[in-house]
Amino acid sequence: MPEFDVVELEPTDHLGPGETAPDFTRPLVTDEFWEDRSLAEFVDGRTILVFTPMIGSFVAKYVWDELAERGWLEREERVVGVTASTPYGISRFLDENDLPVEIFADPTNGIAADYGIAHDLDGMTGIGEPRLAFVALEADRSIESVWVADEWPEFPDYEALEAELGLD
Amino acid sequence: MSKATNRDDGPAITFYRLQACPYCERVARALGELGLEYRSRFVEPLHSRRDVVKRVAGVRTVPVIVDHETGVTMAESANIVDYLESTYGAGSAADSTTADGATAETGGDD
Repeated sequence: MPEFDVVELEPTDHLGPGETAPDFTRPLVTDEFWEDRSLAEFVDGRTILVFTPMIGSFVAKYVWDELAERGWLEREERVVGVTASTPYGISRFLDENDLPVEIFADPTNGIAADYGIAHDLDGMTGIGEPRLAFVALEADRSIESVWVADEWPEFPDYEALEAELGLD
Repeated sequence: MSKATNRDDGPAITFYRLQACPYCERVARALGELGLEYRSRFVEPLHSRRDVVKRVAGVRTVPVIVDHETGVTMAESANIVDYLESTYGAGSAADSTTADGATAETGGDD
């Protein structure tokens, strides 16, 4: 028997299809700089929000590597990240991993709280981060579909996820 | 490369700055005093991580402003403050106090 624990997360009351994704303004980080942007300003067509655990965690690295590998960063839909890291950490991460994507910096994790997907970290008192989650938005920010991790760590079946998010 | 580097909307002035840099704060104060809207783009302390500033302005120091209204791109805080005062200030270029102060402090940016 393996002696490790995949933690089952508490049920969430996260946002779902048909609801409007709450707007927010945070520094939007590129591999070179960051500037305040609102989600409303960013979304001008189908958009996939990718919430990950904080930069530096293997989960964030695995997910962004996988999405890049699967061509998500060159799709017609815009893909944008959200995580509970500082702009400095995110910008270095994008640069060092050659990732042509932008990520909203939300060190206080308020966005994840608003979306119902916050995860307070055991043993890191006072620090929370988003659960791994994918949210597909229409141009008016109405939510089409959502995938939220139920376990920690948990990775999606990417083919099923792409089907669910309409990325066939 | 970044997708966010080109913007058609938003404030006319883009302000490249470094967190806690006094020269940048000087420009921020001038922008505020003149009531100008601007978009802040923060870069990192390491000059080697400032390729975007180099591409835009030909230097790796900040502050740098890009005024999309006038087509002016400018580095060095004293020059920038002088430019803002003379372009948008009530006293315009005739304000000799601003010009003198600016000349004396040129060249100390981060």
